[in-house]
Amino acid sequence: MSDITFSEVSKSGLWTNNPALVQLLGLCPLLAVTGTVVNALGLGLATMMVLVGSNIMVSLIRRHASDAIRLPVFVIIIATFVTCAELLMKAFTYELYQILGIFIPLIVTNCAILGRAEAFASKNNVGMAALDGSMMGLGFLLVLLALGSIRELLGQGTLLVDMHLLFGSIASDWAVRPFGDNYSFLVIILPPGAFLVMGFLIAMKNIIDESLKQRADAQKSAPVKGAKRIRTTGHIS
Amino acid sequence: MAFKQITSPHAHAAQNTAKVMQLVLWSTIPGLLALSWHFGWGALINILLATITAVLSEALIIKLRKRSVRFYLSDYSAVVTAVLLGLALPPLCPWWVVVTGSLFSIVIAKQLFGGLGYNPFNPAMVGYVVLLISFPVQMTTWVTPLALLPEGISHPDIIESFRIVLGVSIPVDGVTGATPLDSFKYALGLTADQIYQQDPLFSRAKFASVGWEWVNLGFLVGGIIMLASRLFTWHGPVAMLATLALLSVIFWDGGSSQSPGSPLMHLLSGASMMGAFFILTDPVSSAVSNRGRLVYGALIGFLVYIIRAWGNYPDAVAFAVLLANFSAPLIDNYTLPRTYGHTDRRRATEKVED
Repeated sequence: MSDITFSEVSKSGLWTNNPALVQLLGLCPLLAVTGTVVNALGLGLATMMVLVGSNIMVSLIRRHASDAIRLPVFVIIIATFVTCAELLMKAFTYELYQILGIFIPLIVTNCAILGRAEAFASKNNVGMAALDGSMMGLGFLLVLLALGSIRELLGQGTLLVDMHLLFGSIASDWAVRPFGDNYSFLVIILPPGAFLVMGFLIAMKNIIDESLKQRADAQKSAPVKGAKRIRTTGHIS
Repeated sequence: MAFKQITSPHAHAAQNTAKVMQLVLWSTIPGLLALSWHFGWGALINILLATITAVLSEALIIKLRKRSVRFYLSDYSAVVTAVLLGLALPPLCPWWVVVTGSLFSIVIAKQLFGGLGYNPFNPAMVGYVVLLISFPVQMTTWVTPLALLPEGISHPDIIESFRIVLGVSIPVDGVTGATPLDSFKYALGLTADQIYQQDPLFSRAKFASVGWEWVNLGFLVGGIIMLASRLFTWHGPVAMLATLALLSVIFWDGGSSQSPGSPLMHLLSGASMMGAFFILTDPVSSAVSNRGRLVYGALIGFLVYIIRAWGNYPDAVAFAVLLANFSAPLIDNYTLPRTYGHTDRRRATEKVED
């Protein structure tokens, strides 16, 4: 798989093989913490960091870990990076760490990370593994952000509330309230809302893919101009 | 000459979805009349708003799905969903509550699953539960029954009602209050007799609670009309009401301060009768065989009672129906009817070892 290119890896992580929209991996944190943009961004960044780190490490040791023990080794590497992410969040964004709670340690069990270690990093060189980790992480982060902003906007009528938890005091007045102060639509904030919005996002991706495919097909089957020989006998294969 | 073979039933008049749905609509009239008499114009306005939203959104989604709009709209199923939702919502609740509820009912609970016949959950109840969870304040503010309004105050007339629903003006004090199930549940530390004496909702009632008893009797009349026209069998409603009555007799305990309320109150308050005859009889989301419907109805009665008595919500028909909708396929699996010609109950496709 050494002939894999930069754009292929990027496109696969961001769109065609997006961990959240296509592989449907890591849905538990994805659905649980996307009530607001800041939660989504916090978890997305942590996941991305772990994914990049573990992909690089796994790629580095890919020739030394035998098949029999590779999964435990991958899990230990991932757990190490998750612990790093957890300690970093404790140090710099303690309030956000408290809000995200158990979902930070649970990044260990995010199948998207182990999946990339097994499917990509253990078979490719370090550069490509790092790129794959960052693109997969970015794809996951973008879906988290989309979910977070839609749910925050529809559910509690705000956008970018509490961003100071992540960006410090400059972000304290970023919050927007387009529907006034009293708006609230609880079901979108609760788990059913996460499933609903996620379903609509997946549907939208499928619609876009379908229309792209139709456009490509339409270009392919452009009518042939000029004379055509009509064949009346024999077998056309 | 070819003889055409026709199997039973040999119906004399063609029955179709539209006729069934129309009959359901006509049968809601006794309940609607009682509701409007005791609680004002709000119920009619709810129904109007819900119907407009439901029909428009159904048409839109059918158009998006590239089906025949005229064909699917003329089966009246969207109207029935809207009317049932409108009857269940509190009168005079804000317009956006009604619109959101019917959008959820039609778009999410019905059309996203494939339209009429494919919805695993009762659409009206999905809409109701979404609203109850999302807007608890608006959904638990009921209008005071006519007989209990303060001296010199009556329900707002139709123009004023529209203004309240649209949020232009606010209702006069004393026009809104709690429902009987609500006030019975939260009258903590009082025995049933004390509540009955103190709360005019009960003390001035004929059977159970002012206004509500007539609404429930109205739905009972409508239900009996539908039963007599053989829109559904008796199994579901009777099983539900009997279970509810049985449980409320068992746990009535003579009316101590811990009592969850008398059997009559449970049968004639809240959405009991409407649930029994208009909601759980939905042929799409309920169990299919007669035995299955007995289990299904009993499950709903059981859930309604335990949520009312020990749960957080004063009424529970919507939650109970949704939970039972979940279990309907399982119930069907265990209550397969005996196939004609077989001696025991098993699937025609099941392997027989002999």
